Amino acid sequence: MVEDRSFGGRLFAAVNFTLLAIIALITVLPFIHVVAGSFTTSAELAASKFVLIPKVWSFEAYKFIFSTNTIFRAMGVSVGVTLVGTFVSMFLTALMAYGLSRRDLDGRKVVNFMVVFTMLFHGGMIPTFLVVKELGLIDTYASLIIPSAISAFNMIILKNFFQNIPEGLEESAKIDGCNDFGILFKIVLPLSMPAIATISLFYAVTYWNTYMTAILYLDDSAKWPIQVLLRQIVVLASGMDHSSTLDAAVPPPDQTIKMAVIVVATLPILMVYPFLQKHFAKGAMLGSMKG
Amino acid sequence: MQEVTIPPSPVQPALDASKSKQEVKRRIWRNRWLYVMIAPGLLYFIIFKYLPMYGLIISFQDYKPYHGILGSDWVGMKHFTRLFTEPDFLNILMNTLILFGLNIFIYFPIPIILALMLNELRGNFFKRIFQSLLYIPHFMSWVIVVSISFVMVTMDGGIINDLLVFFGFEKINFLLNPSWFRPMYIIQVIWREAGWGTIIYLASIAAIDPGLYEAARMDGAGRLRQIWHITIPAIRGVIITLFILKIGSVLDLGFEHVYLLLNSMNREVAEIIDTYVYTAGLRQGQFSYSTAIGFFKSIIGLIMVMAVNKIAKKLGEEGVY
Repeated sequence: MVEDRSFGGRLFAAVNFTLLAIIALITVLPFIHVVAGSFTTSAELAASKFVLIPKVWSFEAYKFIFSTNTIFRAMGVSVGVTLVGTFVSMFLTALMAYGLSRRDLDGRKVVNFMVVFTMLFHGGMIPTFLVVKELGLIDTYASLIIPSAISAFNMIILKNFFQNIPEGLEESAKIDGCNDFGILFKIVLPLSMPAIATISLFYAVTYWNTYMTAILYLDDSAKWPIQVLLRQIVVLASGMDHSSTLDAAVPPPDQTIKMAVIVVATLPILMVYPFLQKHFAKGAMLGSMKG
Repeated sequence: MQEVTIPPSPVQPALDASKSKQEVKRRIWRNRWLYVMIAPGLLYFIIFKYLPMYGLIISFQDYKPYHGILGSDWVGMKHFTRLFTEPDFLNILMNTLILFGLNIFIYFPIPIILALMLNELRGNFFKRIFQSLLYIPHFMSWVIVVSISFVMVTMDGGIINDLLVFFGFEKINFLLNPSWFRPMYIIQVIWREAGWGTIIYLASIAAIDPGLYEAARMDGAGRLRQIWHITIPAIRGVIITLFILKIGSVLDLGFEHVYLLLNSMNREVAEIIDTYVYTAGLRQGQFSYSTAIGFFKSIIGLIMVMAVNKIAKKLGEEGVY
């Protein structure tokens, strides 16, 4: 578009830029505040109020939270669930999406409808809980993965992506003696890397952020993922009383310690973010196409 | 004995039918590996999505875990009647609708405005930087979002209260004061989702024919007029589609977020259907009653989506399905 060089045009551009810059700043400042706060001492945090770069550096908070193995264990659970969960979900989603992407498959419409319908109507929390319980999944790590193994939304995005791959490729592979598994793994998946990367990211973020399924299905605190631990340390200790759970004898942790736990729980996502960022914008657009 | 007249058999069509039946059989056999691929996924949906739908029948029973669905006593509409006569529930329904209202009237327009602003930005460099920064919160869990705001608003050493004191105001107990629950809720929603919400609008703005802007400029239209007469009409369809989806989630505000903000002081305004289902169902063991509540919620959601979709189609828009 040609630049509008009139006074009005320039004023508009300047105001627009400034507003957006302020909004972007507001978006990141809270997190920068927390990161900076986690790397300083409680005394310094109390004295200097808002720090963007700590004047006094200190790793005390991190030393403290890693002095017991509670955080390590929770991190381990989260990493494990994220890796295994993403793989399982991706595998099941890709298989189903590919099957349903083939137009000559009898019955695909019925299955498609069954999937879409679950997005419009569902049994709800209690009946789902009862199914999970009947299957004996309560208090197992599997309960964090299996009950949410496939997202209907992700499956439909991937199915649409597969449908856009020219059918000729598949036909010729078939003539060369490939069966459907061969076509999927040797031809379709390698051609779909942007979509696979995007949806893997979506799944990975969901698993890393697992909270609700954990409080629903895990009674044993030794199995808690990091998000549930974060709630115990920060949310419940901030003058909230969800009754039970938190031991009243333990004094509420320092601000710096709470901040350090927040950073630890966020870090993995922030590390993947730059790598996958270019993919997910594209992926979200794929998702916006009609199923 | 009367002669039985056999009607002339339609030989040709029958042959065709059996032929096409064979054809279908052959096609199914040829695609057998595809069925193998779909099977695990289908099984997943049947077990974890459709079995719970079957489980909804416990809302017509006094479900006892020991007796199971088949062995529990039927009580008809008892739990649904209770729903509409209990003042507790009406309060919870109101809370849910108020948060939904905040979502529709305050949150919903913000990504649209942000997208329009981002689109007017000259130079891709800053556009990309601002976008990247605005997307980040979406990837943080509600626990992280709520935790960050809690360390900021806490009474002892939270930055917000320190600032209030610095500017000569009184400290505010944001966490326990019921009147701060709704503002905190919607600010957190905006902070986490507004940036991410722009993606879909930006995508549809990108698809607009640049010639339209060219022509508008020829006619002397300024920036604001171009936005009003070209950009907004062009993304109207997307706005309506997203609006329908939002309406459909009327009672579905997300359990996690509200549950994290909920405490005994703000329960009066903060308890919503989802959190109530959890507390009444899993904490207090009222399986049937809370299933009835969940059932009510799902049905309202389904009706709302279908209704709004129909209205959108009547207005000449595409609708969601």
